[in-house]
Amino acid sequence: MAVAIADARAGKRGERVYSGRVLQLLERGYIAFKSSTYMIVISGFLEPVLYLLSFGYGIGKLLPTIAVGGETIKYAAFIAPALLATSAMNGAIYDSTMNVFFKLNHDRIYHGMLATSMGPLDVALGEIGWALIRGFSYACAFMVVIAPLGLVVSAWGLLAIPAAVLIAFGFASCGMAVTSYMKSFQQLEIVNMILLPMFLFSGSFYPITVFPQWLQFVVNLLPLSHAIDLVRGLCLGHINFGLAGHALYFVVMIVVGLFFTTKRLNALFMK
Amino acid sequence: MSIINIRQGSLVLVDAAKVQSRGAIYVAQARIRQMMKWIWMILGIAIANPVLYLISVGIGLGGLIDKSVGSAGVDGVKYLTFLAPALLAQAAIQGTMDETVFPTLEGFKWHKTFYSMNSTPLTGTQISYGVFLTALFRAFYTVVLYFIVMWLFGAVNSPRAWLAIPTAIFAGASFGALMQALAGRLEDENIFFVVLGRFVMMPLFMFSGTFFPLTSMPFFLQWIGWISPLWHATELGRHLTYGHEVSPTMVWVHFIFLGIMLVAGLFFSARIFTKRLAK
Amino acid sequence: MSTPLISARGLTKKFGDFTAVNGIDFDVYKGESFGFLGPNGAGKSTAMRIIGATSQRTSGTISILGKDPEINGPQIRAHLGVVPQQDNLDMQLSVTENLYIYGRYFGLPRKFVKQKVEELLAFAQLEEKRDAKVENLSGGMKRRLTIARALVSEPEILMLDEPTTGLDPQARHILWDRLFRLKEQGVTLLITTHFMDEAEQLCDRLIVMDKGSIMAEGSPATLIKDYSSKEVLELRFGSDRNQAVADQLRSMCERIEELPDRVLMYTEDGEELLERVYAANLHPKTSLVRRSSLEDVFLRLTGRTLIE
Ligand SMILES: Nc1ncnc2c1ncn2[C@@H]1O[C@H](COP(=O)(O)OP(=O)(O)O)[C@@H](O)[C@H]1O
Ligand SMILES: [Mg+2]
Repeated sequence: MAVAIADARAGKRGERVYSGRVLQLLERGYIAFKSSTYMIVISGFLEPVLYLLSFGYGIGKLLPTIAVGGETIKYAAFIAPALLATSAMNGAIYDSTMNVFFKLNHDRIYHGMLATSMGPLDVALGEIGWALIRGFSYACAFMVVIAPLGLVVSAWGLLAIPAAVLIAFGFASCGMAVTSYMKSFQQLEIVNMILLPMFLFSGSFYPITVFPQWLQFVVNLLPLSHAIDLVRGLCLGHINFGLAGHALYFVVMIVVGLFFTTKRLNALFMK
Repeated sequence: MSIINIRQGSLVLVDAAKVQSRGAIYVAQARIRQMMKWIWMILGIAIANPVLYLISVGIGLGGLIDKSVGSAGVDGVKYLTFLAPALLAQAAIQGTMDETVFPTLEGFKWHKTFYSMNSTPLTGTQISYGVFLTALFRAFYTVVLYFIVMWLFGAVNSPRAWLAIPTAIFAGASFGALMQALAGRLEDENIFFVVLGRFVMMPLFMFSGTFFPLTSMPFFLQWIGWISPLWHATELGRHLTYGHEVSPTMVWVHFIFLGIMLVAGLFFSARIFTKRLAK
Repeated sequence: MSTPLISARGLTKKFGDFTAVNGIDFDVYKGESFGFLGPNGAGKSTAMRIIGATSQRTSGTISILGKDPEINGPQIRAHLGVVPQQDNLDMQLSVTENLYIYGRYFGLPRKFVKQKVEELLAFAQLEEKRDAKVENLSGGMKRRLTIARALVSEPEILMLDEPTTGLDPQARHILWDRLFRLKEQGVTLLITTHFMDEAEQLCDRLIVMDKGSIMAEGSPATLIKDYSSKEVLELRFGSDRNQAVADQLRSMCERIEELPDRVLMYTEDGEELLERVYAANLHPKTSLVRRSSLEDVFLRLTGRTLIE
């Protein structure tokens, strides 16, 4: 039986890196999740809600409305999609950096996994898949909070959920790729040092049009600003081809991230 | 192969009485030596943080808010001026927290260095105070750097504004002492970090009147500010940097609240350290 | 006899309901090398931490250098050098810094410590690693550094908890040699171990501990004399036959011990006994004649081996 599964992909393309066993890894993730504390799970959901409550309410009193794309909307409606996109990023980054780093360097879980018939791509997809499931549930939960508050203006907003998953996928793939190259915990700190400015400048709390031209240009290169524009466009019903461009940005991130993760894991374990 | 000489022996040289009076300083010296290995990174973050927040939130969001509220201002001043003292206190709190929680975990759990310190004449109380002193040192230079940045941004509007430096450090000290006591009792730190980050630090940061006046929050959320050292220090800081109105009674309340927190934190931390080491 | 440096009576330590050290009595005299021999979990480390004035006893009395650790902890620790079972070096500091900082914890003058550090680097053969981060040292190097660190204050009593566990045989022998020289210089040594060869090599006197209690006390030689025969014949018949022949063997000598993989026969003359075994038409797969060791003492006292 076990042999049959392992052989199932024998001879197919990429059999050396991929054995089609992602489900088993997701199962492992689920078992690990069940034994983790609910606190951790709940807290991931809480983060954007707290921001919304604090900024939406508090700043909303100082700045009741904001103009985007020739339309004036409530401040809370402006930041809610950004918070959704940011929490998708944060969750994915946490799952694919901290978590993966410890498994890679301390627990040595992958060594055991790769000693079976699994390939590095299975490991990568399994790990990332789990990040996506979590990202999906958080996105749904957040929607349930913001939709009744009238913060999702358009029916297109429903698409914000798959968009959040796409965003999580992109960040998780790249996060895992970067992590697999890291040697010390201090290097991980660098990830956090990049995240803060990205969060502060990607237009979560106000349109980036307030910035000078050059800064707008830089910000437009950052993944988070694409994530925010995508989710915000959907939630506000501002549908145009630009949105496809933002989505494409993440597709590229996914492909590049997976490519390097697989390559690196191969180099690390399959010598 | 070399052997070592036991010449004078510990009888002559070791000075237990000296350690008794200066032990905490020895511990702090060792901790500072460790800190120096990361000092450029710490200083980099200590400068980058205020610059990024002041530009992004203070100027970026602040510009829109200033336009929106008009001549009334936020608490009578520009948003940047309003925000800066809160971030100053937050910097102190973050600095002391990093410098108490991580070393405490390292000392008890990760590398067990406290146990090696405790096998010398040093006591648990001295170790606890030594770690705390180091955190104060970090809070001090972080806050001073922040204050300079604030000043360069034009967010300092009063000759006695510099007094916000000690009040911010005071808040950092109070919170740091309490966190140190808590970290001293910790067995499982993984959950702790998540809980601390998302259930304690974030709510404190968001709901202590940092980004908007606390009074603009619904009443049932204002209590978070009242128990938050950040709010108490922010009130004092705003009073000092731009003359935000605080009644003399409230000045006392803020000081007494932070003072109680500090004394309790130090007391429990020393006790917890001593007990855990002697287990 | 002079007054002991360390003297314990009815020393007891409980963790909750569990008694880790159960009313032990012992005295350690100046200049001697005193050992605690026992298997894992016997309570050796717990006893050491109480003597090191870092762990509070539950009951009983103990005096170290004439002082009570509960009252005069720091004053006692000022004269001890402690090597814990697990290295607790400061991973973020360099080799030299670890030694220096530790010396400062004793309130020693900077100048003295600096000079001492150089000596200790040579002692531990770590001169080439002087500026290396401790994180990057091998296990044996870390152990040597921990031992060197314990000597920075030139202690009167050096306490070593399982000093050679995890070291390779060569490193063990080097370490034994160093410890022997320290003893020659008058340092009182306190050593715990679960290796009987280590106890035999290093200890003038030792107590055998099991499950928190003292089973026997004396020098290695007297313990062996009192609790074992002169020689031991070890026989292997293969795991299925050991038991079957045991009854027959029992009648041939003073005492036998059946272990899962072999049978031990206690006798004054091993070779002669082996001949009798062959004469009785019993053919072991392997046979070995050796002198009795502390392992045999422990087996006699507890019916178990030191290392399980
Ligand atoms: N801090 C502690 N809390 C609870 N039990 C402990 C603690 N330290 C040791 N023990 C228990 O006490 C017993 C003796 O431990 P120890 O002194 O370390 O033995 P040894 O050093 O002889 O191997 C063991 O069963 C151990 O599990
Ligand atoms: Mg032990």
